[in-house]
Amino acid sequence: MSTGLLTLFCAAAFVLVWWLARSRARSIEQANRGQRLHSRPVYHGVYVALLTVIPALLVVVAWAIAEPFYLSKIMSAALPPDVAARPAGEQSLVLLVINSLADGWSRLTAADIAQVREAGPDVQRMLAAKDIFLPSAPEGWMVDIARDVSQAKSVSRLLATGVTVLAAVGGFFYGWRKVATGLRARNLVERMMLLGLMSASAVAIFTTIGIVFSVLFESIHFFSMVPVTDFLFGTVWDPRFSAAGSDSSGQFGVLPLLWGTLYISFFALLVAVPVGLMSAIYMSEYANERVRTVAKPMLEILAGIPTIVYGLFALIAFGPFLRDFGGSLGLDISANSVLTAGIVMGVMIIPFISSLSDDIISAVPQSLRDGSYGLGATQSETIKQVVLPAALPGIVGAVLLAASRAIGETMIVVMAAGIAANLTANPFEQVTTMTVKIVSQLTGDLEFNSPQTLVAFALGLTLFVITLGLNVFALHIVRTYREQYD
Amino acid sequence: MDAAVAEKPARFETVMTPAEPAIMKERKPKIVTEGVTVHYGDKQAIYPLDIKIPDRAVSAFIGPSGCGKSTFLRCINRMNDTIPTARVGGRITIDGEDIYDPALDVVQLRARVGMVFQKPNPFPKSIFDNIAYGPRIHGFARNRTDLEEIVVNSLKRAGLFEEVKDRLESPGTGLSGGQQQRLCIARAIAVNPDVILMDEPCSALDPIATARIEELIDELRENYCIVIVTHSMQQAARVSQLTAFFHLGTLVEVGDTEAMFTNPQERRTQDYIMGRFG
Repeated sequence: MSTGLLTLFCAAAFVLVWWLARSRARSIEQANRGQRLHSRPVYHGVYVALLTVIPALLVVVAWAIAEPFYLSKIMSAALPPDVAARPAGEQSLVLLVINSLADGWSRLTAADIAQVREAGPDVQRMLAAKDIFLPSAPEGWMVDIARDVSQAKSVSRLLATGVTVLAAVGGFFYGWRKVATGLRARNLVERMMLLGLMSASAVAIFTTIGIVFSVLFESIHFFSMVPVTDFLFGTVWDPRFSAAGSDSSGQFGVLPLLWGTLYISFFALLVAVPVGLMSAIYMSEYANERVRTVAKPMLEILAGIPTIVYGLFALIAFGPFLRDFGGSLGLDISANSVLTAGIVMGVMIIPFISSLSDDIISAVPQSLRDGSYGLGATQSETIKQVVLPAALPGIVGAVLLAASRAIGETMIVVMAAGIAANLTANPFEQVTTMTVKIVSQLTGDLEFNSPQTLVAFALGLTLFVITLGLNVFALHIVRTYREQYD
Repeated sequence: MDAAVAEKPARFETVMTPAEPAIMKERKPKIVTEGVTVHYGDKQAIYPLDIKIPDRAVSAFIGPSGCGKSTFLRCINRMNDTIPTARVGGRITIDGEDIYDPALDVVQLRARVGMVFQKPNPFPKSIFDNIAYGPRIHGFARNRTDLEEIVVNSLKRAGLFEEVKDRLESPGTGLSGGQQQRLCIARAIAVNPDVILMDEPCSALDPIATARIEELIDELRENYCIVIVTHSMQQAARVSQLTAFFHLGTLVEVGDTEAMFTNPQERRTQDYIMGRFG
């Protein structure tokens, strides 16, 4: 049965159970000579339907999580001792072959299997024709294990189906018997709703935790090869992709990348903060309704332009322009430079600052402005001395949010600032950032256990810590000063 | 009430009670208006309105909600300018000077006509900076000592100094509601105005804080022309010398407070004061 059909079946079962239980509640009400139910029949229906579906869903999810563990345990137990003794990297290749074979087992005929066992020259091609793609031809013992695994899998599936149906039926009867005039189905459904909402937010939280831990563990792996101090305080970034076997692993100093990241972000904020803030002040304090309805969406469109388009613009228009302009002034500006990337990125984050600040400035109570005007202050005096100080915490929050956006930006930097990891104070030279290096370390031929690849996780972790710090700081500022005019 | 609402006078004759109020004989008129009208967009909020407001006295505007008394108050320091749709017609003079004269600087006018709002609105600054705000803008103080003197004097005149003298640097928003309102009065006094407009200054306060503010208003009347909008008839009776009754955008009756409350001429004034509507 296909997944779509299964989903449809579940939905139909839900509606059916809901209808049945609702009717039962109604008939109970009538049988008790119109004695009122505690909850309306609809709630009884929902209650029983949820009791039917939720346990079954839980079984399915639990099974989906547990099954791979069980299968891989069977597989590792069956491996010949010489294979089991091999390092994890090679073992994973063997396990991959067995897994693929086991997955496609049902599509193979007895004759096919015999052919695989004989290990003829065309085995891989024959299997590929049946949608089984193997990195290398399987050996005879692998076929045996694959058969066992595939059998274990079908047993497990059968069992899963049985348990799921049992859970659904059990849940249904439990709920069915509880339907009565005194059942507080309304309150129970309320509680189940709460659980549903809680599990939705739990998904977000656990995803975050999962990402953090996976990055963390890979980083720890990296730091077992390259000392933390070399990474954090090294001033040279030169991760040689060494020939296999040679032990020259290169240098992984993060400082040039950190410097590039912060330097470009600094220029971006230098552009975005004044422009964004002033446009926000104009929009919220001076612009009339007609200007605002046109100008504000226009400004927000800036935020919707994909960053690659900004990068393109920087690469073919703004970079060369800046280079020629610098040339006419006698400055040696590289077409790819900190300045180019910073300015273009600044334009990109203007809408973040202006839009957020606009909302924050508009939220300053009119009574404060009235108070200031009533004392004979002009509009700009009022804005400078009353409105902006009152809105400052929110504005700082907006700026920090924009800053973390700038720090995480990749595409503009690749195209506008280059990929050379320089530690330079000259804004006219090329630099690069951590995000760019994460991309370049992970593209191309990969050997997953080398420091050259794993450094990407260490960079990711560093980036994460920086942006997290910024966000926490921003939240702290906003919280500390928020209540001032409430 | 129905009769009062239905019968809208064709001409807006204001009844004087008595024909020549005693307070107007004792004090010279500070604010004089002739045929003032206010429109919000297409809606007329105030019909041609003439009134003389005496100097060094408290004048109270009373009337049911939406009768235009706050709108009229906001004309006197041109706060209606900040509302884009508002249009003001007619003539308002303070000490004989037309305040809607295009040559007049609104900012200077508002320094002369201070305003205290319905809800206390201290700035999110320290108590000291709240008071110093106006003097700083207008450059009243030549140095820090001058400024401190202005701040202390204003706080003393607003009767707040004793309560806050040890914490002038703490935020003004941390004070109680009544203290905040007195802070706002001190802030208005600090720019040395001639007129102080108060828009329901006690409506957000408890009775004790209200009594304290009323006491303060009574003291301030020695030196300022005070105009107060209030919903409380008792308050008008307690603090004011002149009372003006507004209804549906017209000034119905104006006169000595005592006469207005004991012997109103207009039936609508009677009904309102007796609590029959509003």
